[in-house]
Amino acid sequence: MAFTAGVITFPGSNCDRDMAVAIRDISGREPLRLWHGDADLPGNIDFIAVPGGFSYGDYLRSGAMAANSPIMRSVIAAADRGVPVLGVCNGFQVLTEARLLPGALMRNAGIHFVCRTVPLVVENGSSLFTSRYETGSTIQIPVAHHDGNYYADDETLDELEGEGRVAFRYGENVNGSARQIAGVLNAKGNVLGMMPHPERAIEDAQGSADGRALFEGVFESLSVA
Amino acid sequence: MKVLVHVSLKPGVLDPQGRAIHHSLEGLGFGGVSDVRVGREIALEVADDTSDEALEDMCRRLLANTVIENYRIEKL
Repeated sequence: MAFTAGVITFPGSNCDRDMAVAIRDISGREPLRLWHGDADLPGNIDFIAVPGGFSYGDYLRSGAMAANSPIMRSVIAAADRGVPVLGVCNGFQVLTEARLLPGALMRNAGIHFVCRTVPLVVENGSSLFTSRYETGSTIQIPVAHHDGNYYADDETLDELEGEGRVAFRYGENVNGSARQIAGVLNAKGNVLGMMPHPERAIEDAQGSADGRALFEGVFESLSVA
Repeated sequence: MKVLVHVSLKPGVLDPQGRAIHHSLEGLGFGGVSDVRVGREIALEVADDTSDEALEDMCRRLLANTVIENYRIEKL
């Protein structure tokens, strides 16, 4: 697969290595490791992963500082050009704070940090990221977060649902998210943010390999393009 | 010039922290509390000629997330 993937590391990221391993394992190519302070992305970048963790110690709001770091200006520009961007967990928080995705991630409704594998319903099986899943199917993916309670106003939620931009919904109430939304797409469909960690579900030894298909779907579209 | 920025959750946005604090207050025996909302106060020391527009811009672009939060600027 001749494409160039990159994984961003912010101070406090802790799922960047897992993400890099998943990309390497599934694509057979080593992704570039990108540092938050880099102002520019490589011009040939084909796929950007914004990983989980606690960027900048979650100061101010989860993802708020990272969203304003130098590399995010280039990520926003790349997303505007149509480069696929996947934000997982803290990465999802960063993408909402950067306004690449609508809504916000708030403290879990039950206050507690939630760390377990949860059922996810694939709401849209035809997006760039979900083409390898059947719409309506249920997959098992782990979550590990404190601020995963998705919020957007009703008008925005209606718009997301009407346009098929809810990629995943929790199969049970995990964190109080509005309409149990677990992952959303931008209007163009090339940016996905999700709280669950597909990169932690790529082989059976991890308890589920259901996350593999997400990466396979994106990488397939890139190698065909 | 000292500037205080008060950040609060918008009305209608659920505040799990406020709810937990409310619960604890009740546990301590404080009655008559009908609601608790948690906000944040950010104290800035800025140049005296800092414009209102610049302060607004700081709030909109970083200090508050206007998707879920309101802010109020208080110059001291």
